[in-house]
Amino acid sequence: MGITLQHISKSYKKVKALDDVSFEVNPGELFGLIGPDGAGKTTLFRILTTLLIPDQGMARVVGLDLIKDYKAIRKSVGYMPGRFSLYQDLSVEENLNFFATVFGTSIEENYDLIKDIYLQIAPFKDRRAGKLSGGMKQKLALSCALIHKPKVLFLDEPTTGVDPVSRKEFWEMLKRLKEKGITILVSTPYMDEAALCDRIALIQEGKILEIATPENIVNNHPKTIYNVSTNNTYQLIQDLKEYPGNQSVFAFGEFIHYTDVDKAFNPEDLKNHLTQKNHQQVEIHPAEVTIEDVFMDLASEHKTVKN
Amino acid sequence: MSSEKVIEVENLTKKFGDFTAVKGISFEVKKGEIFGFLGANGAGKTTAMKMLIGISKPSSGEATVAGFDVKTNSEMVKKSIGYMSQRFSMYDDLTIKENITFFGGIYGLSRKQIKEKTKVLIQELQLQEVAGKLVGSLPLGWKQKLAFSVSLLHEPKIVFLDEPTGGVDPITRRQFWELIYAEAHKGTTIFVTTHYMDEAEYCDRVSIMVDGVIEALDSPGKLKEQFKTDSMEGVFLKLARGL
Repeated sequence: MGITLQHISKSYKKVKALDDVSFEVNPGELFGLIGPDGAGKTTLFRILTTLLIPDQGMARVVGLDLIKDYKAIRKSVGYMPGRFSLYQDLSVEENLNFFATVFGTSIEENYDLIKDIYLQIAPFKDRRAGKLSGGMKQKLALSCALIHKPKVLFLDEPTTGVDPVSRKEFWEMLKRLKEKGITILVSTPYMDEAALCDRIALIQEGKILEIATPENIVNNHPKTIYNVSTNNTYQLIQDLKEYPGNQSVFAFGEFIHYTDVDKAFNPEDLKNHLTQKNHQQVEIHPAEVTIEDVFMDLASEHKTVKN
Repeated sequence: MSSEKVIEVENLTKKFGDFTAVKGISFEVKKGEIFGFLGANGAGKTTAMKMLIGISKPSSGEATVAGFDVKTNSEMVKKSIGYMSQRFSMYDDLTIKENITFFGGIYGLSRKQIKEKTKVLIQELQLQEVAGKLVGSLPLGWKQKLAFSVSLLHEPKIVFLDEPTGGVDPITRRQFWELIYAEAHKGTTIFVTTHYMDEAEYCDRVSIMVDGVIEALDSPGKLKEQFKTDSMEGVFLKLARGL
């Protein structure tokens, strides 16, 4: 009894926010929705939490029908929206109490579930929510979304704007929640976080580009990517873009990720070319494919087809 | 990159009551350098940056930006720098052209200059077809590229970028960095904060703030060597959490 979506579409005036989206999230799964701002992630969350009615398609959440059983769905899911949406003028404890009461429960009843997270903000329980730091707000919002012991947890970009250390801690919390049997649908624009999910869906401009485990997404990538580096990165990007066989040229940390249209591409040819262009310390090696590479490749293809 | 210094910071400190947000930081940034300013949430980055752009007075210490003292000459500092952030970029209810005209006016450009700049900018960003559209209708990545170009309208010596690529799709994020590279190449100094650790690699030098103090400052390569790790994320994790 996870989540099932079939052919969900939703438009706002002329903009197609979701275009025929179908997938399933298994019970107890940590499922990631990976895509940039404007991909349609928030619309999808608002539909699944019964705050928005799709134009087409149907969906079930914990076995309940989106339209017919919307009241029952609201009781069984927890939702942490992307924008901080707690009461800024209530204290940490008051916020938590409020959400517990609305759902007809108490902090004590389900304290077990939130204990790990709440303990970290408990020293500030009398502070107004509006005065908390970003990381603490995030922990409070998660506690409030969990207080009624939901079967499914919806987290819309919980780590956007959060530093890498706090992001790491947040994902460790998610893993522990998953171990307690909660089904989690989480969205993020950070591709490195995708690797921490059981399965992921890559989404762009309202369309699902691919769904698989993070391992399969990178292993099934049909293209060879090369790490290229020289003493002059700025010039290297220009020169690679002008190289006849170039298919994609993307800066990637300390290297440039390069793919060539030619299956018989020989790195030595490129090396000679770059040396002729006065590059020094030219290094070209096959790179380990990341989810971000696959995403960029699929996104460019998607765009090309559309144009 | 030249040896001319465009930012000089000495013992810069900011206190809010009993709390010291920035504890005597010192560093220099050279002309044409891409300087990454990293740190965990709450480490004091924003407070430090506000002092450097002349909108918050230091409690003690010195800072000169583009040759002007941030304490005594903050108005000149503001005129000599560009600034953009993820939160404040453009007016959604104005068109692309109107936004450029508006900001050009704020920066004191003449009508003629604004007209010329508008033409060049729209061409460079290939926005010809959407120049008359409201900024609010653009994808975030386009908005950010536009905001970056607008922050450069008055040809500042330094541009401050506060998390410019947060939430931007991976392809546009890279196009954005290509704009940064090109601008630095022309001699503009780039001061940038980010939570993407791959972007830290694109900087000439990176500083990492922890609890109000700059704990590390060097090129990405040297930092990785120093902390015996193969990624900037590794450096960050070791510093910020002592892992």
